[in-house]
Amino acid sequence: MGRLFAVVVTAIALVSVTLFALHTWWLPPDISTHGGRIDSQLNETMIVAGILFVAAQLALGVFVWRFGERGGTRATWPVRIFPGGATPMVVIATVLVGIEILVLTLVGSKVWASVYQSPPPPGALQIDVLAEQFAFYFRYAGADGKFGVIHPEKMSDADQNFFGLDPATDTTARDDIVVATLVVPANQPVALRLHAKDVNHSFYVREARIQQDFVPGMVIPLHFTATTPGRYELVCTQLCGLGHYNMRAYVEVKSPAEFGQWLKAQQPAF
Amino acid sequence: MIARFTSVVALVAMVSGPAPGHRAAGGTISGKVTYTGTPPKARPIDMSKEPSCVAQHATPVTTQDAVTGAGNSVDYVVVYISAGDEGAAAATDTVRYEQKGCQYIPHVAVMQVHQPLAVLNDDPTSHNIHPLAKVNAEWNKSQPKGAPPIHTAWDQPEFIAVKCNVHPWMHGYFVVLKTPHSSITDSTGAFKLEGLPAGKYTVTAWHERFGTQSQEVTIAGSETKTANFVLTARPY
Amino acid sequence: MFSVDHKVIGRQYLDLALVAVFTGMVLSWLMRFHLGWPDTPIPGLGKIAPGGAAGGVMTPEYYLALMTMHGTIMVFFVLTTAPFAGFGNFLLPIQVGAEDMAFPRINMMSFWVTLVAFLVLVAAFFVGDQPPLSGWTAYAPLSAVGKDAGPGQGWGQTLWAISIGIFCIAQLLGSLNFIATTLDLRTRGMSLARMPMATWAWFITAVIALVAFAVLMPACILLILDRVAGTSFFIPGGLVISDQLQPHTGGSPLLWQHLFWFFGHPEVYVAILPGFGIVSQILPVFARKPLLGPKVFIACLAAIAFLSYTVWGHHMFLSGMNPFSATLFSVPTLVITIPAAIVTLLWIGTIYGARLRFTSASLFALGFVSVFVSGGISGFFLAQPSTDIYLHGTYFVVAHFHFVMGVAAMFGIFAGTYFWFPKMFGRMMSETLGKWHFWLTFIGVYCIFMPMHYLGLAGNVRRYSAFTDDYLQPLIPLHRFITIAALVTGAAQLIFLYNLIRSRLRGPQAPDNPWEATTLEWSTSSPPPHDNFGGRRPVVTQGPNEYAVAGPGGRDYIMQAESR
Repeated sequence: MGRLFAVVVTAIALVSVTLFALHTWWLPPDISTHGGRIDSQLNETMIVAGILFVAAQLALGVFVWRFGERGGTRATWPVRIFPGGATPMVVIATVLVGIEILVLTLVGSKVWASVYQSPPPPGALQIDVLAEQFAFYFRYAGADGKFGVIHPEKMSDADQNFFGLDPATDTTARDDIVVATLVVPANQPVALRLHAKDVNHSFYVREARIQQDFVPGMVIPLHFTATTPGRYELVCTQLCGLGHYNMRAYVEVKSPAEFGQWLKAQQPAF
Repeated sequence: MIARFTSVVALVAMVSGPAPGHRAAGGTISGKVTYTGTPPKARPIDMSKEPSCVAQHATPVTTQDAVTGAGNSVDYVVVYISAGDEGAAAATDTVRYEQKGCQYIPHVAVMQVHQPLAVLNDDPTSHNIHPLAKVNAEWNKSQPKGAPPIHTAWDQPEFIAVKCNVHPWMHGYFVVLKTPHSSITDSTGAFKLEGLPAGKYTVTAWHERFGTQSQEVTIAGSETKTANFVLTARPY
Repeated sequence: MFSVDHKVIGRQYLDLALVAVFTGMVLSWLMRFHLGWPDTPIPGLGKIAPGGAAGGVMTPEYYLALMTMHGTIMVFFVLTTAPFAGFGNFLLPIQVGAEDMAFPRINMMSFWVTLVAFLVLVAAFFVGDQPPLSGWTAYAPLSAVGKDAGPGQGWGQTLWAISIGIFCIAQLLGSLNFIATTLDLRTRGMSLARMPMATWAWFITAVIALVAFAVLMPACILLILDRVAGTSFFIPGGLVISDQLQPHTGGSPLLWQHLFWFFGHPEVYVAILPGFGIVSQILPVFARKPLLGPKVFIACLAAIAFLSYTVWGHHMFLSGMNPFSATLFSVPTLVITIPAAIVTLLWIGTIYGARLRFTSASLFALGFVSVFVSGGISGFFLAQPSTDIYLHGTYFVVAHFHFVMGVAAMFGIFAGTYFWFPKMFGRMMSETLGKWHFWLTFIGVYCIFMPMHYLGLAGNVRRYSAFTDDYLQPLIPLHRFITIAALVTGAAQLIFLYNLIRSRLRGPQAPDNPWEATTLEWSTSSPPPHDNFGGRRPVVTQGPNEYAVAGPGGRDYIMQAESR
């Protein structure tokens, strides 16, 4: 029984790790300026975690193989204590894991800080994002470069007034451009402001390595720079109700020239 | 020929409510609904989050909350008898309300209190039907692709906005009336109320954005009377 | 039935957990089937739930309701009641040599209150339009604003909040009892240093639970007030839901998240620490040698207990809280892996040089070590804000917490069941069935939960009732593999159920100490008499770890109440 356990544990560990190592299922290619650092942080963690995982499972398997009773007869070999007792365990765990924590924290904090603790670069394109049950809408300032003021009491899906604009009195609102696809220029930073209309939602673009919750009552800033033109998915990752699984939008990264043409071709909201 | 005629009548009855028996005799009120002022622009609907619906429309779809035509005519106005025909026989046929291409067909569905209503999903995606009822009991229910129709009815007269949260642009109305006599204007703004016994009626025109108007019309026999409505439109 | 005997109450808790765990498992079967074959009707489901699954194909809201009920039932009514309240109640008083709990009536009350909480939760299936669907975390404002937010937000969500509020009361009563009993009712000679590892674990778990549930209960009360009394603790102003402007102002959605996770993360340790104790007590019995470093083990438990209150923010890195605090919460989260790693190494080190005996109990204890390692390792990824940016909200998280608090805790429960069943019912369980149960379960859980890591890395978002988009559809074959594994592994649990029922009725008579163990419960009869020790209180002269020694009668162990 002990040998079987050892074989099964070893097989599980090796098959699991192989599928990780072969990248059979893996992250889609990164299309952002900051994502490379997240990926290398993930890879570094993967290597360390993989080694710890295999080492622990193999040690368990080897000891169970070596020190397990066989064939229903009571073992008679002398019982031995682990050399050095508990002390090496404490030392190994504290030093190994401690160093790993230190490295991961120092490197990881920088990656985190570059996205979440620094302001967007100057000249970033400002886009408002509104999340509601169960869609995203995006707003560009329009010709006047100014965003109309948001009035919750004016918000109406029936009128297609998703952002609650008041074009009757607010002239800056009339030329705002509201679309259901997030179109961004490549290699130019975009600064988003995340508005939640009803409940919690989340902004997740796998390829751009970016995720951030929308919280009702808060306007949350988020910035990133996409590098590769293409069409990607933006999905909601915070449970928001029955249509959560179908809450998505597409992100289109265009060359700056194409982006300029696209923006010019858009109709104002009112 | 007769069979074909019957089926056409049945089809008309299905859409507009009143049972065939009502149009056999009696008077008719017909007319046209127009607007003054500036109506809002019809705006394109961006369905890009649901590619299966985008694929169903060759040309871009626009909003239906203020559809106007030549000569300032107004589409989707519900014209009905709001007083004077109490006790008229109730319709029992089923009103169909379809979700197709991420739009409601028809945009406005008129039905009587307690009249059977069937909501169908023809799309290869899941919708949720959310009638924002205030007087009646509100409900909100998903209808996955291929799911059986939802059969229901309403207890009280009410103008109920209908929305789909999965596709926030989807917007329509359940108009629940006491009367079997109602008509929805077509693209020329025309309507016709038929099979009215002699009597004095209040005729009301309702539009989701341009408001409500009423006038009194007296029917003496098998005559046709004209009643036109002019609603006030605002751009925002 | 209304017994104040802690042994009866412990068995009642375990019976409740058994009902709950099979309920939760059936819910997961339905969910998994739907994820693998979203358009295929499930036979009979249309009849059971005509509203939620007309024609047998479930609606998205019904899927989310099943998911919410699965999570709530499993976390609260299985992972809290079985390893902590169930085994703890039956065994803690005996292991410290007491006749009963410190407050037997309060103890009885805590069980019946738990049962009421369970019934209130299950009632949500039958009352109102729909069961709740906000997940076991019930994030506000979705959970707070009421029916405008969609199906399940009417009576269903209110019943959820009431149920969990009631559950908190029961756990507070139970925890107080555990603490008082451990501190005040130990028999002569049972110093703290001589307490068995399981008793230590239950004691420390009780301390954690006392603080954690004391925070969740008021949070539930505030949630109920928001829902029924028009308050705005968790609901800010200016919300527009389904075109309806909400009549609330001034609340904070993040407040709920902070309160919930201040409870929620310690709750993870409420679920798993009893498993630590159970395994640390069982392994030496079957290794025939003392646990490596028992004092280190206890120190690690205490360290985990303390740190468990400092890490809740790691659930909220991307929640919109101050990003600087993410770094702050990340450090203790990573640091807590140190005591966890030490404990794991102590278990593995205990096996070194052993004469390891293979029983169902010891196999599940060994399996516990394996799955706990698998679940713990993935924590490295989620503890770092930088990697969490990508993995948050994906199946990677589902894999992580199912391994570390679901499967590992269940393995602790299974090990404890096979180990203590003879003591509880005076009959032995079938070892053959037990071993079949182990192998199918052990391989099965890896087939279910290991692939979820891959799904998470590929960016598969969790809590989705279907994968309709072009990106996720290629992952459906992997989902089908998981579904098949889940159905098979679930079916293997029927072996366990059959073994339980059959052994309870006609298992062979159990001797007082079938496993040759040392702790006090094995010094009394199987099952123990009403006052546990038949009128004489044991006098403890030994620690719990006296294995591989020259005992009386040529035995290789000395029991705690024996003299050398």
